Amino acid sequence: MIEAKNLTKDYGTIRAANNVTFTVEKGDILGFLGPNGAGKSTTMKMLTGFIPPTEGTGSIGGHDIKEAPLEAKKLFGYLPESGPLYQEMTVEEFLSFIADMRGYTDKEAKEKVLTRALTICHLLSVRHQTIETLSKGYRQRVGLAQAILHDPPCLVLDEPTDGLDPNQKREVRKLISSMSKDKAIILSTHILEEVDAMCNRIIIIAKGKVIVDSTPTKLKEEHPGKSLEDIFCELTTFDD
Amino acid sequence: MKTTFYLFKREFLGYFRSPVAYVFLVAFILASTAMALYLGHMLETNDASMRTLFFYQPWIFLVFIPAIGMRLWAEEKRSGTWELIFTLPITPIQAVLGKFLAAWAFVLVAICLTVSMIITISYLGNPDWGPVFTGYFGLFLMAGAFLAVASLTSAFTKNQVISFVISTLVSLIFLFLGWSVFSALLESVFPMAVADAISQFSFITHFEPFQNGTVSLQGLLYFLSFTLFCLFANVVVLER
Repeated sequence: MIEAKNLTKDYGTIRAANNVTFTVEKGDILGFLGPNGAGKSTTMKMLTGFIPPTEGTGSIGGHDIKEAPLEAKKLFGYLPESGPLYQEMTVEEFLSFIADMRGYTDKEAKEKVLTRALTICHLLSVRHQTIETLSKGYRQRVGLAQAILHDPPCLVLDEPTDGLDPNQKREVRKLISSMSKDKAIILSTHILEEVDAMCNRIIIIAKGKVIVDSTPTKLKEEHPGKSLEDIFCELTTFDD
Repeated sequence: MKTTFYLFKREFLGYFRSPVAYVFLVAFILASTAMALYLGHMLETNDASMRTLFFYQPWIFLVFIPAIGMRLWAEEKRSGTWELIFTLPITPIQAVLGKFLAAWAFVLVAICLTVSMIITISYLGNPDWGPVFTGYFGLFLMAGAFLAVASLTSAFTKNQVISFVISTLVSLIFLFLGWSVFSALLESVFPMAVADAISQFSFITHFEPFQNGTVSLQGLLYFLSFTLFCLFANVVVLER
């Protein structure tokens, strides 16, 4: 469903992503790990067509993001890092705008997708509130609601639990797990227990390169007696 | 093209979600009427026309239109919401167009609010309606050109102040080109033909026929092609 083919991005002389290649199938939740600045967000931005790759390409549901961006963009929902939103709109106005852009312009169809997204993300109680007055946890869920509004087959989530308290983290994890059956999901995170709890696949990226493409269980078998955190630190600590 | 409309709708209504729009409209009307009455001595000219209002409008636009346009892309970049827009199924051309048209419509609202002056002159005298209508049409076209400059400069930065200053400066150059003092200066530096050619790019030169009651085809083409050129550059800048 989601395919990254040799994605490479240069910023001047710095190579932010180097030949990143992987595929995610329906039913997969891929945990995309790496230290800060490893190229996680850059890769996701290229995959969603926000920034053009220097080399390589991505495809969503068979549609190349460079050749057929509109078709590809219809098939995924994307939660950008730190969940940018139009702060001055109410939750309902904002989601209704996204619904318009996604082609749900018929009143009934729109109401249906809105109610579904608001219910899944537990936002019904704040639907008439301005986004800037909401707490971080609610705002993150509005971002998530925006991504799942059109029930897309693919989801790209950049640090979906960032800045949430433990209860909210658990809530969002549960939500993502519950959607995994019929979707291909990529999520980036710093939190290794999260990968243990939700993901059936794991990719570790460091200095722009994929250094591990495996499953959490296999990775632990290969490094007996070590936790994911130990393995992560071992693989991504460099001497320079 | 539907997405362009929904983006237009969000943007246009967005102006009225914040108090800034109302402050702007009031300040614009005050400035327009005050300049016509106290600098142009509209009532002392004994002439039932809108000439004095039109005469000062380019200078009012010089400050007010960059103030409207500065947020167009700078604000999206600062808050990160442009990442949201460009991962929705909309092309950059549609996005630029939707936002530009919304701002243009807002300026049109501001221009239309000077209708009180028309009522005044038609009460006091017997105006020649031709120049009134063509003058307003010319104003609207010229506003589009100012706004396209502002939209373009706004795409270069996430800082609204920088965007404002640069677009004011650029617009100022296009106003000065038609000013006699400035063209005299040009003639002293360049050969006559070159100086003439440069002053052909002035907003004021092309606005003048509209004030006199003609819809000049040259002016119409100039403003439209100038606007389209800036918007095209705007798309290129955003696509990087």
